[in-house]
Amino acid sequence: MALLQISEPGQTPEPHQQKRAVGIDLGTTNSLVASVRSGSATTLPDLQGEHILPSVVYYGEQVISVGQAAEQHMVSDALNTIVSVKRLMGRGLNDLSTLGGVMPYRFVTSESQMPLIETRRGAVSPVEVSAEILGSLAARASETLGGELDGAVITVPAYFDESQRQATKDAAKLAGLNVYRLLNEPTAAAVAYGLDQGGEGLIAVYDLGGGTFDISILRLQKGAFEVLATGGDTALGGDDFDRAIAGWMLAQAGVEEPSLDNEQHRQIMLEGRRAKEALTNHDRVSVSFGDWSGELTTEQFHALADELIDRTIRAFKRALRDAGHKVKDIEAVVMVGGSTRMPRVRSRIADFAKKEPLTSIDPDRVVAVGAALQADVLAGNKSGDDMLLLDVIPLSLGLETMGGLMEKVIHRNTTIPVARAQEFTTYKDGQTAMAINVFQGERELIRDNRSLARFELRGIPALPAGGAKIRVTFQVDADGLLGVSAEEMSTGVKSSIQVKPSYGLTDDEIARMLKDSYSHAVDDRNSRRLLEQQVEADRLLEALVVAMEADGETLLSAQEYQSTLADMEQLKVVRQGDDPDAISREIERVSKATEEFAARRMNQGIREALSGHNIDDFEES
Amino acid sequence: MVDITKNYFELFQLPVSCQVDLPTLSEHYRELQRAVHPDRFAGADGRQQRLAIQYAAYVNEGYETLKSPMQRSLYLLELAGCKVDLETNTVMDPMFLMEQMELRESMSEVRDHANPEAELERLLDEVNEGIDHLFSVFEQMWLAGRAEGTEAAARENALKKARDTVRKMQFMVKLAAELEQLESELLDD
Repeated sequence: MALLQISEPGQTPEPHQQKRAVGIDLGTTNSLVASVRSGSATTLPDLQGEHILPSVVYYGEQVISVGQAAEQHMVSDALNTIVSVKRLMGRGLNDLSTLGGVMPYRFVTSESQMPLIETRRGAVSPVEVSAEILGSLAARASETLGGELDGAVITVPAYFDESQRQATKDAAKLAGLNVYRLLNEPTAAAVAYGLDQGGEGLIAVYDLGGGTFDISILRLQKGAFEVLATGGDTALGGDDFDRAIAGWMLAQAGVEEPSLDNEQHRQIMLEGRRAKEALTNHDRVSVSFGDWSGELTTEQFHALADELIDRTIRAFKRALRDAGHKVKDIEAVVMVGGSTRMPRVRSRIADFAKKEPLTSIDPDRVVAVGAALQADVLAGNKSGDDMLLLDVIPLSLGLETMGGLMEKVIHRNTTIPVARAQEFTTYKDGQTAMAINVFQGERELIRDNRSLARFELRGIPALPAGGAKIRVTFQVDADGLLGVSAEEMSTGVKSSIQVKPSYGLTDDEIARMLKDSYSHAVDDRNSRRLLEQQVEADRLLEALVVAMEADGETLLSAQEYQSTLADMEQLKVVRQGDDPDAISREIERVSKATEEFAARRMNQGIREALSGHNIDDFEES
Repeated sequence: MVDITKNYFELFQLPVSCQVDLPTLSEHYRELQRAVHPDRFAGADGRQQRLAIQYAAYVNEGYETLKSPMQRSLYLLELAGCKVDLETNTVMDPMFLMEQMELRESMSEVRDHANPEAELERLLDEVNEGIDHLFSVFEQMWLAGRAEGTEAAARENALKKARDTVRKMQFMVKLAAELEQLESELLDD
């Protein structure tokens, strides 16, 4: 058939060829990459057989190293060895004091208010540090899977706000990854367990990682994971247990924390971690720091730990209430994150939930495994008919109104994607511009919430106060990322932005970093852009070939059919050229010309989705 | 671009009614999302992905609207061509306002109560019962508003009463939300 020849051999991938898709768990302490091979999802080891990559990046004289190789410099060269960088993602300098503990780095500000870490190789942003970790995992995966990766699902804590999600996506972009989806870590864990065990019912996912705590309540029903509520604490994790032990040691030794230098600080934190891990299998452990030595018993540790665990249980209760359920409704509790290995955590959660928590999948790997399963579905390797993830936004999104109040437009725990509009009016006579300030958070006053972006709508017709009607639309996509647009209703004057977080990277900064980074084969910006546009053109062509074959004759008139064929031919010709802007314009043109066709297909999909049901319902009754 | 010729009830293949069978609603919701969710188009071109976001958002909106009695009531009035302007202050039934004031007073005293949690529970029950009652009143009025064979004036009057009832429900739903907020603050103390 003539249609099939639209793809030149070697130009576009065969539609049914297996894609190289991975799931990446970008953790505070450790990171992993997993992929589905021969039907099952497994984490991928490095050449030394290590699955876990410590989330540590060392900026050395000669090289930048990641993981175990970087870890060995943690004490000797603390200033140039970046750990727990995830805590800094999407954060501003003002936030640093609230992150808990001392960060042993020298920070400098950047143009975009993002804190940069001063290293011997210059100032680096948290996004760049994360990109090094992602790049290392991606290299490992493409070596194992035998070629460039087609796409990745990257997990983030469900509680991550807009800025933190955007920063994560920027890091992936910088590492040269095609991001299929940002997936919430608890959802990923539920995917791993749900599919393995074919479960149904209400699931609580308790995720205590190195630096973050997440609790999610999900309903699993016939292959659909529906997140009902999510909550947690972005500044609570296993590190805090280490810190609690370190604080106890300092008190016992009579040493003041501020008197410690960076190396001593790192040392006592490592000693705290060692003691915590030893107590998993022992009743008591010997600890020492400098000249002081002593013993920490399980009872003493429990007293320290309980305060932190109580905080997680409060968040657990709140999430259950948000989900409209009670403790007795919980069918299963899934444990995620290395910190759930602590016997005290397991027993306290078992007591609270009145259920033994599930721990059969390695809590360090379960998130990466779930992400790999989702990546496999999104890549089209596996029919997605039996799996559906319906996620929510963790924090409310809104606007500043008169008096510094927060007007919520989308409430937390709303299922995404979502689009919602709200109308506002001018408050002064003859007002011709309006500032749109976008915030995220639950508090009534905007100053207590996080500022995401601000922009102005200009060209409002001069009318008496309250005369102009301005409709502000928020749209959150399936990654949880926000776009905001504003429109004056009588004139149709429009303004919109894709929200870039206040502490995020500007597009120019990303472009510069891409150019600076020598880890990429393609360092020329123009050829990179050309490649991107060609890939997008191929995607569009591929989609049109499939659509024309399936529905072209039924959903298009003969004339529409011919003109679509002509559009495809034209796009194919332009795509062969080397002008990225021309290809981009042509993609835009053909997209617009065929949008109606795509919409008809979606409408048909909607009709077909429910048509099977009526017959079933009829037969049952 | 989304085919909005269908109202939410038609979209979910449910009869236009105050009463919605929730298990059927959520089953149809899942089926619709399986067809339109952006996850189905992760590898597709930008045009397809944008459409998928719009459709999935529309399906989500419909589900939210039909799921909650309050939202459903507002939507039914909208379908009946009766606009509920939330901003307008209209004269409310004085009895109702008295009740509201008493409930709010009780709420402000919860923290000083001998057993705050039990008191909160009692208030929540009272408010939720109130919402249930208003919803059944709404249903009667709404049915009367579309009863065939009655005079247009009578139908219009019934719809107006239905609208006033929804306004009262909004007060109560807001109160319930504030009580839940208070509950979570008490839990956190």
